[in-house]
Amino acid sequence: MLKQIEGSEAVAEAVALCRPEVVCAYPITPQTHIVEGVGKRIKNGSLENCEFINVESEFAALSVAIGASAAGARSYTATASQGLLYMAEAVYNAAGLGLPIVMTIGNRAIGAPINIWNDHTDSMSMRDSGWIQLFAETNQEALDLHIQAFRLAEELSCPVMVCMDGFILTHAYERIDMPTQEEVDAFLPPYEPIQVLDPDEPYSIGAMVGPEAFTEVRYLANDKQLQALRLIPEISNVFKDVFGRNSGGLVQPYRLDDAETVVVALGSVNGTIKEVVDAMRKDGEKIGSLGISSFRPFPQEAVYDAINHTKRIVVLEKSMAPGMGGIVDSNVRMSLSGLSTPVHTIIAGLGGRPITMASLREVFEIAGEDRLPRIQFLDIDHAAVEHEIVRARHTRRSGPTAESILRHKAVNPAQKG
Amino acid sequence: MDSSSADSFNIRDFLRLDMFPHFLCPGCGHGIAMRALLWAIYELEIPKDKLAIVSGIGCSGRIGAYIDANTFHVTHGRPLSFASGLALARPDLNVIVITGDGDCLAIGGNHMIHACRRNLNMTCMMLNNEVYGMTGGQASPTTSEARYTTTSQSGCIEPVFDACALATAAGASFVGREVTIHLPDLKDLLRQGLAHKGFSFIEVLSDCTEVFGRKNNLGESPEMILSQKSRMRPSSYGSVDGNIVDEPFRANTLPTGILSRNERPEYGDTYRKHAADIRALKSGK
Ligand code: SF4
Repeated sequence: MLKQIEGSEAVAEAVALCRPEVVCAYPITPQTHIVEGVGKRIKNGSLENCEFINVESEFAALSVAIGASAAGARSYTATASQGLLYMAEAVYNAAGLGLPIVMTIGNRAIGAPINIWNDHTDSMSMRDSGWIQLFAETNQEALDLHIQAFRLAEELSCPVMVCMDGFILTHAYERIDMPTQEEVDAFLPPYEPIQVLDPDEPYSIGAMVGPEAFTEVRYLANDKQLQALRLIPEISNVFKDVFGRNSGGLVQPYRLDDAETVVVALGSVNGTIKEVVDAMRKDGEKIGSLGISSFRPFPQEAVYDAINHTKRIVVLEKSMAPGMGGIVDSNVRMSLSGLSTPVHTIIAGLGGRPITMASLREVFEIAGEDRLPRIQFLDIDHAAVEHEIVRARHTRRSGPTAESILRHKAVNPAQKG
Repeated sequence: MDSSSADSFNIRDFLRLDMFPHFLCPGCGHGIAMRALLWAIYELEIPKDKLAIVSGIGCSGRIGAYIDANTFHVTHGRPLSFASGLALARPDLNVIVITGDGDCLAIGGNHMIHACRRNLNMTCMMLNNEVYGMTGGQASPTTSEARYTTTSQSGCIEPVFDACALATAAGASFVGREVTIHLPDLKDLLRQGLAHKGFSFIEVLSDCTEVFGRKNNLGESPEMILSQKSRMRPSSYGSVDGNIVDEPFRANTLPTGILSRNERPEYGDTYRKHAADIRALKSGK
């Protein structure tokens, strides 16, 4: 059924259709509407047999989900930003234990300085935790990926994060094709845990493992991710059979055939990129794009196959590794090792900085002329940076950078969220 | 100074006016609590340079940003921890923590009990409005039974924390509670807390008109604070019949004023003395 609803509402409804049995909630912007939405469905009776637990922190949220999952319950929670960092220990724990929890990340920047707006720093911080990380481009895809995520998690016994851009998706109202309960039930069988704490058949989960077996356990964690590389496209295909639309998979190529410039990105910005690609194609530029839907496991082969023919690659990412450059770009480079195709990195959209079509077109055109530097920050205010560098050089006790830049730009921080 | 200082106290002297307009909703009790705190600071004549105000995340935490002093806006639940480091490194500063019921009792609950136990010299003002206001009104550890929030949509069924009882049990050496409607009393309580050597825990019953009052049909700010007042049982009223009278048929069950106080050793002093003893021992003196 078509609906015009908020992204968070859509995800809440999709999660409810997946019949979770335990949902843990701790508020953090921009994710909160999702757990509230699930709670609403428990109250109105559309989601039955589900325990909704208000916990005291994100750390508790995921820990409760881990306990519930180990007891055989389909478990779900959602978080963002600082909340994800705070639950980090439990994030690794859930993956290490192989518990098929599904968690939404409403992607948001990490402080300090405090920033509630969108970028991908939060989920990037957990990229090596052993969770599968799927990125949604639209709200429809966010909804679809949640339904796929439960099936993927439970088939592999591995937790899955569905990442959706905070505010840009979570708070945006879009047209959504909402599946029926029957459709979801046909796609997602009842949860059959492969490990469960059961007094009738007791065993221990999470025992101490020394050097004699730890390497093997970690090897298998990697192997599970490699299995996911096979399963993710399979599940996406089955999903298409049941629901009639393409969603998820490993990568999403767009107008790549004769593309000489390929832009690689994660998440909602792919929508903007496609618009720019279309506009530039109209003017005869050979450009295309590749959306990465599965960031963990990283689909190295699929990326190679999609873009090895191109002349240059621009990785546009909403995250960075200070002291290194990009994060997604290293993964893309790794996938192309052996090729000499230049890979440029554009760091964009940090802390909610808008990514406009005009700015994208400008850098893509510069890329097409092979004038793009190896790494560039989109729309950075160089004057503000210079001013701050000079100021900090002149006074030893130069004070906090963030406040100083705000003062320089004469922005009232109280109005900046 | 006494409360005649109400005339000479000018709150604008203590505010970062360039941060205005502030972001608190009309009717929010947090602004009153901030006024009381700044008034107490004014009466104690604490120089701004000797103030260190640490605040966490939430509507309560935003207050720090409006105060013209050294302010430190930190991560959710952690202001008492940041403040502990500050207070140990700079015992000459007046360290004040501004936190809320979610920040202090839920995600920061562990730090709260340990701060009480250690009894480091600082004042913690916890604004209790029974809800996570900033994120739009979710249930917190002080959401009263049967209250509606966006995460207790059939009415809250979890029991609440009594923050002051918790602080006392955990070892805070000064514990008090006040409501915002009694501004001079609140100021006096904060003043005594600030003057106390050791960990002072002060719970201020605030009101979140916007996402709690509205959802529970509690009226607007005046109705909400009058209802708080009607539940008070101020220690200072002593035995005036036990019951005070705004709502005659409602029991006055909420103890306010100074609820416990003792002079047990302050952790910073203990630490520095211990360190000096060890140094003396090592140098053979
Ligand atoms: S949401 Fe509630 S607590 Fe926050 S500023 Fe508004 S009234 Fe105050």
